[in-house]
Amino acid sequence: MMIHTENLTKQFNTVLAVDRLTLDIAEGEVFGFLGPNGAGKTTTVRMLTTLIGPTSGAATINGHQVGRDDQAIRRIVGILTESPGLYDNLSAEHNLHIYASLYEVADAAGQIEKYLRLFDLWERRFDPTATYSKGMKQKLAIARALLHEPRVLFLDEPTSGLDPEAARLVRESIAGLRKEGRTIFLCTHNLDEADRLCDRIGVFKTRMLVMDTPARLRSQLFGRRVVFHLRQADDAMAAAVARLPFVQAAQTVENKVLVTLDDPEVHNPDIVRALVGLGADVQFVGELRRSLEDVYLQLMKGSKE
Amino acid sequence: MNKIKTIIKKEWAEVFKNRWVLFSVIFMPLLMTAIPLVMLGVMRTDTSMEMDIDSGLDAGVPEAFRSFCPEDLSGSECFQVYMVSQFMLLFMITPLILPVNIAAYSIVGEKTTRSLEPLLATPITTMELLAGKNLAAVIPAVAATWLGFLIYAIGARLLIVSDKVVAALLNPLWWLGIIVGGPLLAILSVNFSLMVSSRVNDPRVAEQLSAVVIMPLMVLFFGQIAGFLILNTLLVIVLILLLIAVDALLVYLGVRLFQRETILTRWK
Repeated sequence: MMIHTENLTKQFNTVLAVDRLTLDIAEGEVFGFLGPNGAGKTTTVRMLTTLIGPTSGAATINGHQVGRDDQAIRRIVGILTESPGLYDNLSAEHNLHIYASLYEVADAAGQIEKYLRLFDLWERRFDPTATYSKGMKQKLAIARALLHEPRVLFLDEPTSGLDPEAARLVRESIAGLRKEGRTIFLCTHNLDEADRLCDRIGVFKTRMLVMDTPARLRSQLFGRRVVFHLRQADDAMAAAVARLPFVQAAQTVENKVLVTLDDPEVHNPDIVRALVGLGADVQFVGELRRSLEDVYLQLMKGSKE
Repeated sequence: MNKIKTIIKKEWAEVFKNRWVLFSVIFMPLLMTAIPLVMLGVMRTDTSMEMDIDSGLDAGVPEAFRSFCPEDLSGSECFQVYMVSQFMLLFMITPLILPVNIAAYSIVGEKTTRSLEPLLATPITTMELLAGKNLAAVIPAVAATWLGFLIYAIGARLLIVSDKVVAALLNPLWWLGIIVGGPLLAILSVNFSLMVSSRVNDPRVAEQLSAVVIMPLMVLFFGQIAGFLILNTLLVIVLILLLIAVDALLVYLGVRLFQRETILTRWK
């Protein structure tokens, strides 16, 4: 495992920020870490990047133990903090030179050019970063996190506050990094972003509420819903379908029958046969996808209760 | 060592882009150099200051200083040495105040611009980071102090007619104070600022508290003006030894108190 935590806990005086977090993230995996403000996401990232120590529990990054092998961990991780944290009086190139030196990057000039070009900042490399737009600053901060080619990348709200175009560019960059096989720990509020980029998602609020692939999370929380479009639907058809043993629920909405079930691939033909047997003309069948936002809101609602 | 150099270069590139910091680094040593030189210039042209140390007309020169004045100096020459010596302590303010300006900007400023977190995430050790920040603040302060004293020494030689007064003003006491005491005072100042920065929540409080470091020097300054104490070679040596001990303690405490976690989570 590239990232492993075991009952990782952080307490600030009386405030419990992270409660017994246990997770495993494989090499090359993109893990989405979702949660509301103040949920403990940044605290978790800070612990995993050795910026702060855990109160109890343990964590390892590529086998290096947090708290014991901190220098080794810092060499193999890159971090994009909540705020870009650039030296605004200095140029983009100067900013990157400082970090290339601190990370002891062998070909500093080459790496700087590579990432400034990748993020389309090469032409503005001599300008003070104070003159950059928010999106440009964010791209430069990601370039800074990548300079030393880290195996693990922690991205804390990478598209927060960016305009749609800049956010898209950053997302495309993350998708590119994913293809390179880097392990990415992505903290985000943007559920669509997490849905598109992440292999697995953990919804976190001081403790891990749930963790799985986006598709399975939808399925676990809501079941899967299939809509059968009919020429003419009535309540008797929905009631008949609801009596089928594998169906969790069925209802009629206009000329559609909405059916909740676990395994549509297996049972849809049975439902179609049942509906045809009742005299229905089935026009087409489709799955209703719940958005990750629905999953998230459902979990947050549950955590409050 | 390369990481320390990187931090020093980074600090200078950042800090000296701030015009106020640059202004204070240039202006303060110039002012501290100009004051004693102007004093010397005024005393050279003002004949009313002609006094005889033996005739009792030099009531403004404390007894302790009179005995400290070389025997072959006339009353007026001793008075010149006395007056300028009062202001020589001002040279010691430069290595105390300048690093506070630089360190306050470089450390507290780093936090306010939120650049500290990515910096602390790099494989730089606390010792390397603090050494870089220390040297970035100490070197300009010491250089400015030494340069100011050099200008003063040359100016004094040109302004003062009497070789005996020049010799008295440029005696080993002051060379020792400036060459050895200056850097020690700068180290004290920077590490005190570091400690304060590490413990307080508000960057403004950090800057204001750091300025407290000048107080002991002001006690010396006013003590000398009031005639309670006169700086002599023995006292300067004692003070230097004391500074070495205090600096060692402050460096130790500075490293101990520079807790990455505390700084990241307590500073708002």
